[in-house]
Amino acid sequence: MATSTVPRPGRETRDSVVIRFAGDSGDGMQVTGSQFTLETALAGSDFSTFPDFPAEIRAPTGTTFGVSAFQIHFGGTNVMTPGDAVDVLVAMNPAALTVEVSDLKVGGTVIVDTDAFNERNLKKAGYAKNPLEDDSLAKYQVLKFDITKLTADAVKPHGLSSREAHLCRNMWALGLLLWMYGHERTATIEWLNRKFAKKPVIAAANIAALNAGHAFGETAEMAEHMVGYVVPKAAVQAGRYRTVSGTEGLAWGLIAGLRAAGIEKMVFAGYPITPASALLHTLANLRAYGVVTFQAEDEIAASGAALGASYAGALGVTSSSGPGIALKTEMLGLAIATELPLIVIDSQRAGPSTGMPTKAEQSDLFQAVHGRNADAPLAVLAPTSTADCFDIAIEAVRLATKYMTPVIVLSDGYLAHAAEPWLIPREAELPRFPVTYRTEPEGFHPFLRDPDTLARPWVKPGTPQLEHRIGGLERDYDSGHISYDPDNHARMTKARADKIAGIANDIPLQGVALGEDHVKLAVVGWGSTFGALYRAVQIARDEGLDVSHIHVRYLSPFPRNLGDLLRRYDRVLVPEMNNGQLVKLLRAEYLVDAEGFSKVTGKPFRVTDIVQRIRGGAPPPSEGSGLGGEAG
Amino acid sequence: MTVTTITDAQLAPKDYASDQEVRWCPGCGDYAILKAVQKACADMGLVRERTVFVSGIGCAARFPYYMSTYGFHTVHGRAPAIATGIKLANPDLDVWVMTGDGDGLSIGGNHMLHVLRRNVDLNIILFNNEIYGLTKGQYSPTSRRGTRSPSTPLGSIENPVSACAFALGAGARFVARSIDTLQVHLIATLKRAHAHGGASFVEILQNCVVFNDAVFENITGKEVAPDAQVLVEHGKPLLFGKNKEKGLRLKPGKLELEIVPAAPDVLVHDETNRPLAQLLAALEPPFPVAMGVLYCNPATSYEREVVVGTGGSLDALLNSERTWEVVP
Repeated sequence: MATSTVPRPGRETRDSVVIRFAGDSGDGMQVTGSQFTLETALAGSDFSTFPDFPAEIRAPTGTTFGVSAFQIHFGGTNVMTPGDAVDVLVAMNPAALTVEVSDLKVGGTVIVDTDAFNERNLKKAGYAKNPLEDDSLAKYQVLKFDITKLTADAVKPHGLSSREAHLCRNMWALGLLLWMYGHERTATIEWLNRKFAKKPVIAAANIAALNAGHAFGETAEMAEHMVGYVVPKAAVQAGRYRTVSGTEGLAWGLIAGLRAAGIEKMVFAGYPITPASALLHTLANLRAYGVVTFQAEDEIAASGAALGASYAGALGVTSSSGPGIALKTEMLGLAIATELPLIVIDSQRAGPSTGMPTKAEQSDLFQAVHGRNADAPLAVLAPTSTADCFDIAIEAVRLATKYMTPVIVLSDGYLAHAAEPWLIPREAELPRFPVTYRTEPEGFHPFLRDPDTLARPWVKPGTPQLEHRIGGLERDYDSGHISYDPDNHARMTKARADKIAGIANDIPLQGVALGEDHVKLAVVGWGSTFGALYRAVQIARDEGLDVSHIHVRYLSPFPRNLGDLLRRYDRVLVPEMNNGQLVKLLRAEYLVDAEGFSKVTGKPFRVTDIVQRIRGGAPPPSEGSGLGGEAG
Repeated sequence: MTVTTITDAQLAPKDYASDQEVRWCPGCGDYAILKAVQKACADMGLVRERTVFVSGIGCAARFPYYMSTYGFHTVHGRAPAIATGIKLANPDLDVWVMTGDGDGLSIGGNHMLHVLRRNVDLNIILFNNEIYGLTKGQYSPTSRRGTRSPSTPLGSIENPVSACAFALGAGARFVARSIDTLQVHLIATLKRAHAHGGASFVEILQNCVVFNDAVFENITGKEVAPDAQVLVEHGKPLLFGKNKEKGLRLKPGKLELEIVPAAPDVLVHDETNRPLAQLLAALEPPFPVAMGVLYCNPATSYEREVVVGTGGSLDALLNSERTWEVVP
């Protein structure tokens, strides 16, 4: 645990702080942010992080489209999002400054490496004049350091080339920021020693740069400008914590679900696609947990292999982003027709088509709920946070296996990469819902339904005397054989619909996340916007506004009380990172006069967007909050 | 293949038939293939509950419904992907993929390429009738140039793909060809395919009586067959003709086959020789069409190389990186 949170003389207290590290793709901003996050966690603060990296793998150096950023919001209370506006911007080059400075608060601090503000870089960033030499940054506190030179001096004893020395700049900046917030460096030093175990000189040089940055703050060479801060610890439930990203939460949750269901093997089949590939990468390293990962030739084959695995009695899981989910549609139809469990993780991104692969959106809701030929119902769930990704994955396994149905989990590009602290659960305390494979031949046919769940039996090929044939052709309700009978098709269509609708009786009633169930306004959201909506409603309530927050995790079927709950409010506002999808489903399902509030910029909602809208105003124009869509 | 060690010699071909009425057109070549497969199953004593027939869409794809084993009638072209998933879930199942020229080489061409290259242990049986039957007679990727069909009223202007040459190009390690009416040869070929560990690819020339009747008559007709086919057997000379009076040999100085009178320098078939298999696969009239096992060169199959464990501690995983304790 960190010990240096006691304010030394001169340190000011801040409830919470938003820092953004920004630089060139090659400047190591993501690792800098991750290490700052780790030290923040060890110091006991709550936090929420958001990496924002470019689509280009290696964009030309110094260009605006090559800027990579990592934002962390940390503090003692109310850290629900990565933060709307930035308190401290670390800009490693002019491109980073020009791209990111608009999010800096007036009076906020910007730390720059003066060496990077040379003519060439300024020109690449589109600056006609050096912004450090005119009054264009007058509304901010600008801390100008020659980080390049200070780093070079610090690593000099280690005999690095000038290029290698340049790569240590991020550690110098990290050292300075760790000093500013009174964080330790121990975990970072351990990490550097581990990462560069085979290159001890590089490890030592990076540590030297880190220490030099820290010492630079400590010795306060620019004491009149440099202030140290102290941020309080968070008052959270006692226990053992770690950092979890949405990707990790889903991966571990799937394994926990596999265990809970007592299934021997998971076959996870994917195809490379941003931002979903991270889940494939994570699970590829978890073979010891009964996970087989399969990188298929395309999205269709990935879903096919997953469904084939489920047919054979394993847990079939496939994952993609919107364009890939579109390709899986036919296999979802087959999974629905043959009533086999299948889990589909959709890491949504901005579209249509290729859209903006690295930017988050919640625009696959319609695709998930309705995007198939014919009447093809399935279950749809959406995690509300990175930590909830773990729980929702377990729930997806439960529903898929209990109801013999595909389940789509709607994550998004933001959740996939964002990270939060997580109270680590114990395996012994996790739910258990063991599946039963049918082995009894007496009275068997493949579409014999459980009277309660309407689910058909799951039979592993290899089971004697239960040999049977299933497929995409319509089948007889009473025998499972191919049937073109008109009345039978109507009966089967209804059975498929009733089975999914019945899940509503097996999921929690819709609760109110914050507030009462009868006030003037309900703010209703789903998925990764939970933090922003919750915090906005909290602020509005502190202002005395009559508002509550409802967040829907089960999107198909909806919780059975959702309609009654929504009708208790005078107004229902549905903020979504799409052009109005949940709002239309709610209106269609419940005939409630819900209003939409869209944001389709590829960036998460800011708390202030929601607060303004709750107050009755328009969102701030600078952010270009989508279409401000009054959908529906 | 591991499953062949568990046999039930008691079963007759009819025991592999399901109770479903077979609904192919009268005279369809598929009946002969169904009969051959059931006979091969009986001869090999396949255990029904451990055998799975997977198909895509098309006339051939009805096949699983007529077998008393496990069966999965899936989506057009995707059977190789689904069968791969089945093998990943349970490598001990005996999985057959029943496909056609449209299913396997057009809409499912990509999957066919990759399942062969990966060498998943499947028996892939491709019914080639050079036409789309179930959709009423459009030309297929194996139709010859000039094929007149509802979608090519002036005759097809496309070049056909050779199923066996495609399979070899994809890296298949077992490639064979037979004919629906050649029962003894077909059954023997199916048994060879089944005995091969890894992906086995068998092309069966199959007559569609309704939309493409007699399209193979120039190869399979009783009168022409001896000259139009060369039955290849490992270690035996590549001879053909009514009295085996003709043979194939390498044209001196060229990498191509030529027809010569039976003589000592006729090529001896070596089914482990991929370049030879490629030459044989590509033979078409006026050369004799090669029948039998063109290539067989086993290697460890894909699913056998997959590493998976089960005992990992979830608690250890969840606590695997930096953690911190918050005390009350």
